Amino acid sequence: MLAVPIQALFGQLLIGLINGSFYALLSLGLAIIFGLLNVVNFAHGALYMLGAFVAWFLAEKAGVGYWGALLLAPLAVGLFGAVIERLLLRRLAGLDPLYGLLLTFGIALMLQGLFSNFFGSSGLPYEMPAALQGGRALPFMFLPNYRIWVIGVSLVVCLGTWAVTEGTRLGSWLRAATENAALVSAFGINVPRMITITYGLGVGLAALAGVLAAPIYRVSPLMGADLIIVVFAVVVIGGMGSILGSIITGFSLGILEGLTKVFYPEASNTVIFVVMAIVLLVRPAGLFGKQA
Amino acid sequence: MLRSALAAVLAALALSPAAHADFTGKTIKIGVLNDQSGLYADLAGPGSVLAAKMAVEEMGGKIGDTPIEVVFADHQNKPDIGSNIARQWIDVDGVDVIVDVPTSSVALAVAQVVKEKNKVFLASGPGSSDLTGKACSPNTVHWTYDTYALAHTTGQAEVAAGGKSWFFLTADYAFGQALERDTTAVVKAAGGEVLGGVKHPLNTTDFSSFLLQAQASKAQVIGLANAGGDTINSIKAASEFGIVKGGQKLAGLLVFVTDIHALGLQTAQGLLLSESFYWDRDAKTRAWSKKWSEKMGGGKQPSMVQAGVYASVLHYLKALKALKSDGDGKAVVEEMRKLHTDDTLFGKGVIRADGRKIHPMYLYEVKKPSESKGEWDLYKLVKEIPGDKAFRPLTEGNCALIPGSTPAPAAAPAAGAAPAAGAAPAAPAADAGPAKK
Repeated sequence: MLAVPIQALFGQLLIGLINGSFYALLSLGLAIIFGLLNVVNFAHGALYMLGAFVAWFLAEKAGVGYWGALLLAPLAVGLFGAVIERLLLRRLAGLDPLYGLLLTFGIALMLQGLFSNFFGSSGLPYEMPAALQGGRALPFMFLPNYRIWVIGVSLVVCLGTWAVTEGTRLGSWLRAATENAALVSAFGINVPRMITITYGLGVGLAALAGVLAAPIYRVSPLMGADLIIVVFAVVVIGGMGSILGSIITGFSLGILEGLTKVFYPEASNTVIFVVMAIVLLVRPAGLFGKQA
Repeated sequence: MLRSALAAVLAALALSPAAHADFTGKTIKIGVLNDQSGLYADLAGPGSVLAAKMAVEEMGGKIGDTPIEVVFADHQNKPDIGSNIARQWIDVDGVDVIVDVPTSSVALAVAQVVKEKNKVFLASGPGSSDLTGKACSPNTVHWTYDTYALAHTTGQAEVAAGGKSWFFLTADYAFGQALERDTTAVVKAAGGEVLGGVKHPLNTTDFSSFLLQAQASKAQVIGLANAGGDTINSIKAASEFGIVKGGQKLAGLLVFVTDIHALGLQTAQGLLLSESFYWDRDAKTRAWSKKWSEKMGGGKQPSMVQAGVYASVLHYLKALKALKSDGDGKAVVEEMRKLHTDDTLFGKGVIRADGRKIHPMYLYEVKKPSESKGEWDLYKLVKEIPGDKAFRPLTEGNCALIPGSTPAPAAAPAAGAAPAAGAAPAAPAADAGPAKK
């Protein structure tokens, strides 16, 4: 088992990077939401699932293909998120974050239950767009074109989001509001609206990940539940609310998990939690979090 | 302790007024225990509950004056939860028979509880051939299929087609390990070899890493010793990573009709698989499936597990009718064995002394998209394998209930090594191989 050829290792690293793309996209949204709203958004997995289902509906009922879905599904789910924020989450502002966690967890369970009831658990097939089918033979593996696309989209979106929060005026308001919302609103900035937009943006990112996942995994009501726990571990390891931290940890934990699948596959779905436990012991605020 | 003592008193009280018919409690209670919401929910789940209810309906809803009731619960694929529910059902709620129980690890735990309490366990969902092998019980009837039968139908067919070298993707629990062990025996018996394997956790999303390892092994056949969502994800990823185009073959050792439906024919076409029931097999199965589908709200077809729940419950109720009693689980199973089985879905059959139900298995090939006439028109029949060829010979399972079963000398180490939970299932199976041939 230890005699893994170096070429195979390259393949595994690449695959880890692909899975890391999903972790990064999802944990990025979670980090933004936690940063500004102080809400641990447990509905994130369900909204990722919703994104994939919107894509499926668009293809099945409206004849809108993958490329349209890539734009429309995050938009629709983002709007749905904005409504959740306006109607429900807002009422919990200022309370213990535990209430937000419970509310979003409840929303997640309801969404999952609803979709399981109508669509069952084995999932629905979703066609891969023709332009991204096939793949290229690298010296060490056959790499499907679609997976390259996933890494690309994820990198662009993650870095773009990071650049916006760090380099633009909107981003600076966002960061300021995270620190002291009252002061920022005293400067005449509409903080409540900004919060709504941020939540919509965060869950829009989850939906985007859902559309990206639809052609390679199943469009299944449980797809979010399977992923969300891992993504939370990623956010905790990176440091709650740290945007850059969540991106870097997302990609690196994907790689770590990929390597575990080679050397000790039985542990591949626990390795991230082992890392989480160690990080919490050594740096309770996470690798990139601000130490309290 | 106190609770079960109290339950015993209550049960005794409830028993006494039922003077004319000897049924425990005021009702005959059937408990369907399975995965209601997870990765096996489509192939068992609520559809199995409905199948049990259809069997009850067919018996007129009661036996004599005693009404029949169906209850169900979600074991979440966890053995501890499953055996707790089984205990509570039997001790407190007066459940007489536990049905279905997919996920072999849960089924093995439930079989133990049912044996201890002398009730009846009708296993339809689980696969492990150990249920009628070294873990056999006079209270268990294993109905629909098992890992030995899968190995000797799909596995055998792949070997016969020239697949001599294998690599396994195995779900890391009782079922996957049993399936890998039984298939390895078939491969070795035919002079083939197993080049390696990966044990993946139950409910894995991304299989690309494992498939890459399978590809690197250069094995002719990649055996999927997993089920439900895991199989779907494996096949999808294999198609994406060009495994089949690269000349390797996929053997889905346990694939359900619901899995093929979820995959779509484009991805699944050409796959060989075995089932003991397919909705579109003949007029009788079509008629029953139509009824089932309508009651499920349309748009679905039953899996062999759900069909097995219907047929096993029906046969159980026939035995109760003949016996007029349900108190002694062993006696009920004995009666089920005495009455030969005959139902519209599995045809005529028998239940053996080790609890194994014998009926034909069918080897199917998944249709090409161009051959399919509808959403659920998925299989074409390759061949029918008679029950005595598909299932393990009675004396080879190491079941303690079989008197003459001085296990074949070669098979003995297999029983000894197997509890090591698949640490090295390939080696003992290799020993068992020649004995079977």
